[in-house]
Amino acid sequence: MKKRKGKVRLTLSYILLIAIAVVSIYPVLWVVLSSLRPGAALYSESMWPSRFTLDHYRELFGNKAFPYATWYLNTLKIATLSMIFSTILVTLGMYSLSRFRFRGRQTTLTIMLVLGMFPSFMSMIALYIILLQLKLLDTHAALVIVYSAGAVLGGFIVKGFFDTIPRSLDEAARIDGASHLKVFTRIMLPLSRPMLTYVALTSFTGAWVDFIFARLVLRTKEKWTLAVGMWDLVNSYQNSNFTMFAAGSVLIAIPITLLFIFLQRFLVQGLTSGASKG
Amino acid sequence: MKQHRTTATILSVLVQGLGQIYNGQRLKGIVLLLIEALGLVYLVPRLGEAFWGLATLGETTQKFVKVNNSSQLVKGDHSIFLMLNGLIVVFVLIVFLVIYVLNIQDAYKTGLLRDRGEKPKSFRQSYENATGRYFPYLMLALPALGVLFFTIMPIIFTILLAFTNYSAPDHIPPAKLVDWVGFKTFKDLLFLKSWSHTFFGVLFWTIVWAVVATVTTYFGGVLVALLIEQQGIRFKKLWRTIFILPYAVPQLISLLIMKNLFNGQFGPINQYFKAFGLDGLPWLTDPFWAKVTVIVVNMWLGIPVSMVLILGVLTAIPKDLYEAAEVDGASSFQKFRIITMPFILFATAPVLIMQFAGNINNFNVIFLLTNGGPIKGDYQFAGATDLLVTWLYKLTLDNSKFNVASAIGIVIFLMIASFSIWNFRRSRSFKEEDMIQ
Repeated sequence: MKKRKGKVRLTLSYILLIAIAVVSIYPVLWVVLSSLRPGAALYSESMWPSRFTLDHYRELFGNKAFPYATWYLNTLKIATLSMIFSTILVTLGMYSLSRFRFRGRQTTLTIMLVLGMFPSFMSMIALYIILLQLKLLDTHAALVIVYSAGAVLGGFIVKGFFDTIPRSLDEAARIDGASHLKVFTRIMLPLSRPMLTYVALTSFTGAWVDFIFARLVLRTKEKWTLAVGMWDLVNSYQNSNFTMFAAGSVLIAIPITLLFIFLQRFLVQGLTSGASKG
Repeated sequence: MKQHRTTATILSVLVQGLGQIYNGQRLKGIVLLLIEALGLVYLVPRLGEAFWGLATLGETTQKFVKVNNSSQLVKGDHSIFLMLNGLIVVFVLIVFLVIYVLNIQDAYKTGLLRDRGEKPKSFRQSYENATGRYFPYLMLALPALGVLFFTIMPIIFTILLAFTNYSAPDHIPPAKLVDWVGFKTFKDLLFLKSWSHTFFGVLFWTIVWAVVATVTTYFGGVLVALLIEQQGIRFKKLWRTIFILPYAVPQLISLLIMKNLFNGQFGPINQYFKAFGLDGLPWLTDPFWAKVTVIVVNMWLGIPVSMVLILGVLTAIPKDLYEAAEVDGASSFQKFRIITMPFILFATAPVLIMQFAGNINNFNVIFLLTNGGPIKGDYQFAGATDLLVTWLYKLTLDNSKFNVASAIGIVIFLMIASFSIWNFRRSRSFKEEDMIQ
C-alpha cells in the first residue's frame, strides 16, 4: 500500500517536473528557432522552421542602418571596465566594513541601507545634469563611472561573506607581523575567490543588459550599447523584423548564459551565503 | 602644564596646520596648510553665489535686448544649474570642514601628549598610523567618494526638486525660472483630484503587484526545490540545470522575447489557443489580462532565483532533525510543516523582505513587457499596469514633470525604508553579526 502511494507520488512529481522543464525551455528554444527561420515576420505556421538559414545573423553584421558589431564592441568594453572597477570598489569598501570596528562604521552601514532604498531612477535627472556639466554625456566613461560607483551599495552580500571568514585567521597573521595590506592581499583575497567571481559576474551582466541609464546617457547611434539597440529594434520595428531581433538576442544571450553556466557553482554560493546572513 | 594643548588648539583654529607646526610636526602641518589653501582658493569665489543660488534659484530670466537693430539673447539665471552648482559647493565645503575639525582635534591631542612630556609623532609614524589604525578609513575613502558624488548628491538634489515647481510647461529653464514652493507638490499629489486619483490607483496596484509577485515566486521556488529534492527523484542535477535556464538568460532579452510570445495578434501563445479552437486572449492589451501576464512572466523569471536559494538552504538542514521526527512517527507532511518550512522561512526571511522591496521597484518587467499600458483614460500619464517607478520614469523622461516625479520617489523611499529598517534592525544579521566569529 505504502509502496503504491510512493509510486503515484513519484509519477506525479515527474509529470510536474517535465511540465516545468517545458515551460522553462520553450521561450528560449522558440527564439533560437525563430532566428534560424527564413522570412522576417513574427507569425509562423509552426514552431519548427521548414528550412534553416543563417541569413539573419549575416544581416546583423552587414546592415548599415544597424551597427550591431559596433554595439557589441561598445557593450563588451563598458561591461568589462565596470566589472573591474566595481569589483575593486566593492571589495575595498566591504572588506573594511566587515573586518574592522571603527568609529562611524554602524552609521555607514545604516546610510548604505537607506541609500539602497531610493529608487535608482530618482537620481536620474540629477546624474544627467551632473554628467552634462562634466561634459561626460554621450560617453562610455560616464556609464562606467556610474555603474561602478553604484555597485558599492549592493555590496551587502560581499560583507556577509567576509563576515563568515574566521577572524582568528587574520589575527594570527597580524601577530606574526603582517600588515593590514598584506593580510588583505595574501590571505583574504585568495579566500574570497567565489565571492569575487560572484561580484564580477553580476556587475558584468548588469552593465551588459542595462538599458535604462544607457539610453539616457548615450545619444548617438554609434555609441549605443546592445541593450539600447535591441530595445529600439523591438520598439520601432515590432513585427516586421522579428527574426533579426531573435538572432540579435541569441548573440547577446550566449556569452552571459555561458558565463553563468560555468560559474554557476560560485553564483549559488554567493546567493546562499547572502541568504543566511542578509 | 596646560599651555601646549591650548596654544596648539588655538593656532589650529586660526590657521589649519599651524598647531601641528607648533607641535613640531612640520611636514604634517604643511600638508594641512596646503589643503586649506586649496579649499580657500576653490571656495571663496564660489561660496556667495552658491548660497544666493540655492536660496533664490535665480532672479532674472533670459530676454531679448535690442542691439543695433537686431535683438540679442541675454542669458538669464538657469535655476537648475544654480541649484546643482550650489549643492556641489556645499558638499565640497562639508569635506573641507570635516578636515578642519579633524585638524583641530589632532592639534589638541598632540598638544596633550606634549603636556604629558611625550614626544609628538613624526611624519613617518603618522604614515604608519595611517596604514595601521586608520587602514579601514583609507580603504573606504575611494568607494565613499564615489557614493557621495554619484549617489548621495543626486538623491539630495532630487529631494530638493520635490519642493520646487520644476515642471513642464510653465517652469522649464532656461526660458523660465523655477521657484521653491514648499509642500505644494505633495499636497497636489494627495488631494488634487486629477493627481490623487492616479496616485492612489497606481499605489494600490503597486502594493498588490509586490505582494503577489513576491509570494508566487517564493512559494513557486519552494515547491520546485522540494520537488527536485524528494526522495527517489533521479537526475537531480539535470532538473536543476534545466530550471536555472530562465535565470541564466539576460532579463532584458527574456522580457523582450515574452513581449513577442504574448503578442495578441501574431504571438505563438494565441496561435496555440486557436489551434484548440479557442479565441486568443488579449494578453497585453486588456487591463485585467495585462496584469495577469506580468505576474505570470515574473514567475517565470523569479522562481529559478528562489529555487537556487532554497536548494542551498535545504542542504543546510541538519539530517538528525528528520531522523528524530521519524522516530516519533511524523508523516512526511508533518516533517515539512514542522521542520522544513520553518527552517526555510527563518533562513530566507531577510531575502524575502528584500525581494518584496525589489518588487515595488521592479521596473524592468513592467516597462519592457507592457510599458505600463494599456493606457487608462482617467489617469495622468499612467496606464493600468504602471507601478510607481515606471510612472516616475514616464513623468521624468516623457512629460518633464520633475517635481511630481521626485515627490513620488520620496513616497516610494518612505514605503520601502519604513519596513526595511524595521526588518534589518530585528534581523539576525544586524544584531548578531559578531556572534559567528
